[in-house]
Amino acid sequence: MSEAATLSVRNLSIMFGGVHAVEDVSFDVNPGEVFAIIGPNGAGKSTIFNLISRLYEPSNGSIHYGEHDLLKLPAHKIVKTGIARTFQNIELFEQATVLQNLLVGRHSHTSPNPLTDFAFLPGVKRSELEHRRKVEDVIDLLEIAQYRDERIADLPYGARKNVELARALCAEPSLLLLDEPASGLNNEETDDVGFWLEDIKHDLGVTLVMVEHDMNLVGSIADRVMAINDGRLITIGTPEEVRENAEVQQAYLGVSA
Amino acid sequence: MQVLFKTRYEDDIHFLAKTGEKIRVGLVVVLLIAAPLFLQKYYLAELGLLLVYAIAGIGLMILTGHTGQVSFGHAAFLGIGAYCHSILISHGVPFSVSVVLTVILSGLIGMVLGRSASKMHGFYLAIATLAFLILVETFLGEWEAVTGGHTGFKVPALKVFGMPLKAVWQQYYLDLFFVFVVVLGASNLFRTPTGRSFLAVRDSELSARSLGVNVEWVKIQSFGVSAAITGLAGVLLAHHLSYLSPEAFGVLESLKLMLMIVVGGLGSILGAIFGAILVSLLPISISFLKDVLPPAIGQQAGLQPLLFGLIIVVFIVFEPQGIYGRWMKLRFFFETFPYYRKSSFVRQKSYLKTERMR
Repeated sequence: MSEAATLSVRNLSIMFGGVHAVEDVSFDVNPGEVFAIIGPNGAGKSTIFNLISRLYEPSNGSIHYGEHDLLKLPAHKIVKTGIARTFQNIELFEQATVLQNLLVGRHSHTSPNPLTDFAFLPGVKRSELEHRRKVEDVIDLLEIAQYRDERIADLPYGARKNVELARALCAEPSLLLLDEPASGLNNEETDDVGFWLEDIKHDLGVTLVMVEHDMNLVGSIADRVMAINDGRLITIGTPEEVRENAEVQQAYLGVSA
Repeated sequence: MQVLFKTRYEDDIHFLAKTGEKIRVGLVVVLLIAAPLFLQKYYLAELGLLLVYAIAGIGLMILTGHTGQVSFGHAAFLGIGAYCHSILISHGVPFSVSVVLTVILSGLIGMVLGRSASKMHGFYLAIATLAFLILVETFLGEWEAVTGGHTGFKVPALKVFGMPLKAVWQQYYLDLFFVFVVVLGASNLFRTPTGRSFLAVRDSELSARSLGVNVEWVKIQSFGVSAAITGLAGVLLAHHLSYLSPEAFGVLESLKLMLMIVVGGLGSILGAIFGAILVSLLPISISFLKDVLPPAIGQQAGLQPLLFGLIIVVFIVFEPQGIYGRWMKLRFFFETFPYYRKSSFVRQKSYLKTERMR
């Protein structure tokens, strides 16, 4: 596992056409904390994630993770710095099994070579077994053993959410970007996610950054919350502070008469 | 219903987990090895050709079925393989060296094509590979000094390690050997990181990227592996054709390969083999039909293309997962007997995917 480090975002901006989706946003995420990003729909929360994982190119600003300047890296090298992520609308490999999905999660720890893989040399088999063992740890942690050999296309929604979280964990990240981990889950499942995230934080020492609408979940596990609206930062503080903030209430509920 | 009790991680890595699978595959292997004992020469030659098409099908399957990259240009790699090998051995290069060189050359050309195609999707990729095919076909036709142009090129007699293989059964075993190598290797590929990165690119480039998969490089690799295997099929095909002409590696041949993998079932090696069986059996059964049917229908020109087209349509409408999908359902029916229901394989609801970022 790579060392936990500080994620520091400075003056981050991106424009889509004439729209400022994210405008001059700066924040730090400290090692080991749970950092939540909230805001109404279209506020730019997922866009910030996509900027950090380099799927979008920012028009301005900088993103550093420890000593890594993320903007100098292509998207597929981000995970090597220790940042893994999940997606808002579950992006699993649908025609593959859960096990295969999780093993792809190990990709950043492998150095695939088509020729040795074609021949399945003993070294390849050894490393396969090693990765298989690592994957099993995550399967244990998230209790998805019963789905191991199922195809994703045959899984219910809640299980897919878990598998996606598991896949991100298989990369052994030091920082995890979670895009709405509880969306579409029922209350019980949401509680489970809350417990797992606590476990991931305490047992694995992973820093968590999450976009989430469920304020109960945010309130119960987040150390700090950042509220944004229309791409601009409103405030950063503890869940209580942010909840009491007049501007945040305005953004969610509109201006009082 | 058979329940698999796995006790070691090796159990997930081994092929053929179930006893039934072991028996079936073992039976097929034994039958293939024993085939020369009970098959007439004509059918043995046809079976050899079937094996060659199975190799070509697996080549295309890796690219289209497993990596999700359409190619209408794969006959070009058959052509490159066949011509390169024939030219090399006619200049006195030994068979074994020529095979290796040809496979490497096909693979490299595939990687170059993959490099230019790695940023293309869907229709554009299909058109680009089609253009590549026409380019290669024209090239083979025009470079008369080396390829003999449209008059054709005589393939030298088959000689392996200085030993002439004249009999049909000798050539058959050569084909069979390479089929085993390719089937085993391709299956290996999909239990290792390389193959899984192919699947990842097919199903979601976005999350593949976020997990550290270099999507462009994976596409180049996939084109390379696929072209190398198809080039190998070209080598073997040359000895079956014994006379090469550029027209043999045109659009129709590409469509035949495409038909094989679509009807066989996209995304599985077994599917490519099923497809090869179908494509090879069809002409034979049609020639039977011709004798049985009234001459007004049986002697019509274009009966074969018509049936090819009809089969594709029927499969796309009724069984998009191809023969392989049927096969899985049949197995499921017996394994869970008597609990199988029509709805057992009804597609589950698919959830919204991120459309905004491709």
